[in-house]
Amino acid sequence: MAGVAFDEMGPAGGPVRALYAKVARWLEETPQELLASRRAQAEFMFRRIGITFGVYGDKDAAERLIPFDIVPRLISRAEWRKLEEGLTQRVKALNLFLKDVYGERKILREAIIPPELILRNPFYRPEMIGRSAPHDIWVHIAGIDIVRVDDESFYVLEDNARTPSGVSYMLENREVTMRLLPDLFARHKVAPVDDYPDELLACLRSVAPRQDRSEATIVILTPGLYNSAYYEHSFLADKLGVELVEGRDLFVEDDQVFMRTTLGPRRVDVIYRRVDDDFLDPLVFNPDSVLGVPGLVGAYLAGNVTIANAIGTGVADDKAIYSYVPDLIRFYLSEEPILKNVPTYRCREPDGFKYVLERLDQLVVKEVNGSGGYGMLVGPHATAAQREQFAAKVKADPANYIAQPTLALSTCPSSFQTGVAPRHVDLRPFILSGADGVRIVPGGLTRVALKEGSLVVNSSQGGGTKDTWIVDDFEDEV
Amino acid sequence: MRIRISHEITRRFTPPARMLIETLRLTPHGFDSQYVLGWRIELDINSAVKTSEDAHGNIVSTFSHHGSPVERLTVTSSGEIETSDSAGVVRGTVERMPAEMYLRDSPLAHVNGALRAFAVQASAGAQDPLDAMHRLMGEIHRVMAFDPFQTDDPDSAAEAFALQRGRARDFAHIFIACARVLGAPARFVGGYLVAEEAGGEPGTHAWAEAHVPKLGWVAFDPTACICADPRYVRVAVGFDARDGDFVRAAHGMSDDTVESVVRVEQARFQTQA
Repeated sequence: MAGVAFDEMGPAGGPVRALYAKVARWLEETPQELLASRRAQAEFMFRRIGITFGVYGDKDAAERLIPFDIVPRLISRAEWRKLEEGLTQRVKALNLFLKDVYGERKILREAIIPPELILRNPFYRPEMIGRSAPHDIWVHIAGIDIVRVDDESFYVLEDNARTPSGVSYMLENREVTMRLLPDLFARHKVAPVDDYPDELLACLRSVAPRQDRSEATIVILTPGLYNSAYYEHSFLADKLGVELVEGRDLFVEDDQVFMRTTLGPRRVDVIYRRVDDDFLDPLVFNPDSVLGVPGLVGAYLAGNVTIANAIGTGVADDKAIYSYVPDLIRFYLSEEPILKNVPTYRCREPDGFKYVLERLDQLVVKEVNGSGGYGMLVGPHATAAQREQFAAKVKADPANYIAQPTLALSTCPSSFQTGVAPRHVDLRPFILSGADGVRIVPGGLTRVALKEGSLVVNSSQGGGTKDTWIVDDFEDEV
Repeated sequence: MRIRISHEITRRFTPPARMLIETLRLTPHGFDSQYVLGWRIELDINSAVKTSEDAHGNIVSTFSHHGSPVERLTVTSSGEIETSDSAGVVRGTVERMPAEMYLRDSPLAHVNGALRAFAVQASAGAQDPLDAMHRLMGEIHRVMAFDPFQTDDPDSAAEAFALQRGRARDFAHIFIACARVLGAPARFVGGYLVAEEAGGEPGTHAWAEAHVPKLGWVAFDPTACICADPRYVRVAVGFDARDGDFVRAAHGMSDDTVESVVRVEQARFQTQA
């Protein structure tokens, strides 16, 4: 493993980073019992709010609370500015990439990306070829996962360009923290996140097909109660003041989408969908889907409704494409990428192939189209036999594998019964792209691996969340 | 060959459908060896039919109905076609996608180990890619039994291959899956056939096309073990039968039963008395 991780408050026993001075003092001064009671209060508040998530395949806990760590995670305004710039650049490139791969395919002609990575990619949707998205915005809502490894370096771990979730936690975590730790909060100049719903609404409105956009009817399309993110869907509908609908609440007539209401059918202009492509329209995609709306794709292609995110964005956040994103930024924007990618070795390339096979004990090797940890080798934790076995698989089909070094994710202080201890964190900011530009609410969802030493921040595997503070100034007041 | 076709599809709904929407891929495109003399789609309900093109370049007719309950709906697709012999080579079609896209995996033509092994063995010794496709067609024809009234209703190529028998669409799916293994882009074709014996439903038929260097798309019918000749009328293509389907329909909560009447006949020259 890559040595001791960077701690965002400061190394154990070492100097505290100026940004965290007040948090460090607060942690020092606050008695353990008080922290314990704050933790209990936090849990009580989350239960009362009812913010839960579903765990697939766990009968005993259909709905579960994601653990919340009361110690906020701080990022300075200067750091954030750089992140913001980098994120804006990245989503711009992703949108241009989608416009291109469904349009002219310049990127393939210029041989920046091997054609089969696009053409044979299951998320490259034939239905969208030769079509454009309204205002050329494909990824209206992106969640880009960022990790930090030292004082300077932020890496993008993953782009989420389909239906990224987690924003409700960003908002709820702030509410709870403000009530829980008013003093600590007041001692910092924290950038607000509560205008996210307004920003999202403005973003969605900006891409409405109708001329008079203020009149646009916007809905959120959910797969329903049994979806793990259903809470978030209903939360957002409530905050945005728009209807939460399921497929059966909508219908299509003459290529126009309508919502059934007690006052009769009402035309729908923008659908913020949290349903995957495959289930959107049984006439075009999975014929067995009951979650979608028959005829929706026809209405979309006729330009009568905007779907956010657009159909076919999955090709942009694919593992195979990820390693090319820096090249996409250079190609489409003629800029150097501001945010780094985790170095990725592609076994399809002879140099990469050789490098990976020589360092299997140091690398994480992944299947290009695998997900959820399936078909993966974590070199440093594997036995010699496992590595040998995997080497054979890579040799048999090199194009199917990529490899990355194991990263030492930064840590942040977290509060436990046993005291305060560092835990690994990542960050998912939410980037909104509308016809009128890119919006990013300062903040995001910090996920924390609560198990000691663990690098897995996923909520399904013992991960929790923290409030994320973008702090405007951190000079010590006297 | 001049061919006259009439395809009548009747759906009965229980309870009567208050909303329905259908997409039809029933109108053939013309290309070098297929000239469409005339074609029409008729409905027995009052609804406008909109025409568009899908990702594969198929002509798609869409209509919807809301309101008064519909007990029975008949779609009639009919027209006349003039075909000529091209030794199976399909030229002059509308292609919206690069041929390479037809190498991608698709659910009904998904490859498993058995199909992969079969593809390799069937094409062993082939002189060139075209020869490989011919050998593949021949081997499928040899090992598979044609059973138009297949009751096991295999969904995919792999299932049909395990049963060693199937309908025309199963033969086509096996061919497509194997051709892709061998590096040839391949796709599903739904259409009509002037014939006495072949074909599952009378008159409708399914076969495959493979993209071969220098020639482009070539139509292979593993059920009959020939390349398409003038008796074949090509209507819709897809990665597999799922998106090459003649009809996709949604009708709210109503169940439906479908009945099709297909007439495919060689048009006689009419003489004026």
